[in-house]
Amino acid sequence: MRFSGFRVIKEALTGHKGWGQLWRNPEPKSSYDFIIVGGGGHGLATAYYLAKIYKKSRIAVLEKGWLGSGNIGRNTTIVRSNYMLSGNQPFYEFSMKLWENMEQDLNFNAMMSQRSIINLFHTDGQRDAARRRGNSMHLTGAGGTLLSQDQLRDIAPYLNFDNARFPIKGGLRQERAGTARHDGVAWGYARAADKLGVDIIQNCEVTGFKMENGKVLGVETSRGYIGAKKVGVAVAGSSSRVMSKAGMRLPIESHVLQAFVSEGLKPTLPGVITFGAGHFYVSQSDKGGLVFGGDIDGYNTYAQRGNLPVVEDVIEGGMALMPMLGRARLLRGWGGVMDMSMDGSPIIDKTQTDGLYFNGGWCYGGFKATPASGYVFAHLLATDTPHDVATAFRFDRFARGYVVDEKGVGAQPNLH
Amino acid sequence: MLIPHPLLGLRDAQEFTYLGDANLLNRPDPTAPDAEAAFCDYVFLRDNPAGKHRELWFHEQGDRSWLVVTRDTLTHEISDVELATDVARRGK
Repeated sequence: MRFSGFRVIKEALTGHKGWGQLWRNPEPKSSYDFIIVGGGGHGLATAYYLAKIYKKSRIAVLEKGWLGSGNIGRNTTIVRSNYMLSGNQPFYEFSMKLWENMEQDLNFNAMMSQRSIINLFHTDGQRDAARRRGNSMHLTGAGGTLLSQDQLRDIAPYLNFDNARFPIKGGLRQERAGTARHDGVAWGYARAADKLGVDIIQNCEVTGFKMENGKVLGVETSRGYIGAKKVGVAVAGSSSRVMSKAGMRLPIESHVLQAFVSEGLKPTLPGVITFGAGHFYVSQSDKGGLVFGGDIDGYNTYAQRGNLPVVEDVIEGGMALMPMLGRARLLRGWGGVMDMSMDGSPIIDKTQTDGLYFNGGWCYGGFKATPASGYVFAHLLATDTPHDVATAFRFDRFARGYVVDEKGVGAQPNLH
Repeated sequence: MLIPHPLLGLRDAQEFTYLGDANLLNRPDPTAPDAEAAFCDYVFLRDNPAGKHRELWFHEQGDRSWLVVTRDTLTHEISDVELATDVARRGK
């Protein structure tokens, strides 16, 4: 089944009876060539690109809950490539290019909406930093414009420009950034991967790895043993838990990040806006709700809920930036568990066990990376060499002193 | 979240800053032959368990003491709190 405008009209006239299921629900086979642990965005994208680009077959995705039940279903849906370092910006720009073509590629409406992101600055020093960041974005073709205060007043007149403590002096805008429908991304990849013969096995928790002489042979699961030549783990949020079953300790702490959404409002925000003087970012969903968030809670946790001091802190940031926010009612808030790595950057690498590969440590930047993460992880699984844009995301970068620390705060995960 | 401070009673977690796993008290011996690898582990690797976790909290907005708090990372329930100096003197 292909989605198309013609198809929508045809189904509308015939009572929507011909849509069918988007993916199969197969029983696990006794063995596969490739097992991807984790049926979220990254895992499903990995399976899709393994089959599509690297022409591999006998692939399974194992998911402990239902498809897309982890962080792909709990994020604030922002897509951008406004990083700065040579180790990560080419990767995120590669991801952005995949986003721009995703819906055509997957034949699925992921509601990718390039409405731009504006990072505000409030001091001369921050303006210099924004200009530098913009220049390094241009080096990878990501684009970007430095907006003056006047230009910004035209775009978002309701911002608190004359705040006594943090006056808004302007912003760095990436026009190609925006938001996408998070569930749609998971569903699109699942459907496209399934079509290429990938088995997506839900309610199948990996409980252990079978290894012999330093080589992985398969995985123990809640639905029995499944053999595999190669196993790729993409379970951000549970990385330490899963990899401890393979005897590994990771440079990762798990922290909770809270997000919030207001009642639906008329179109107000032009795109994503981030506060430069505190940690607050906001966008408007297609339903009209203001979607916003801020800092992580700051202590190790696997509970998908946070505490009230951070709620207060986020809302204070919002009120300082955009006082009209105080008139909107909060609809709901939720929390997601983040793999906070020691330098704020992800890890996509082999492990010391042959045939076992790891993808995680996404901090709170995993959603925008979904397509590229899947692509480069598939490359690693298929070829045993890192993809050109992901050579910096190695395990040994910590021991060797090649950390990719965009924020420059060192090995303190709750500060990234 | 309220933290039962051993000297001051229940205090709001907002008064504290968080450092991380209490194993950070066990600094490796810098003169040992494997010191480089041991420090790399010490600085970068974490157990990060789902369940009971011993961790360091600093009472920054209070008496500026360091605490070792045993807290469940699945429920946020706190089962034990000690002064970090007591733990360090005991040598574990």
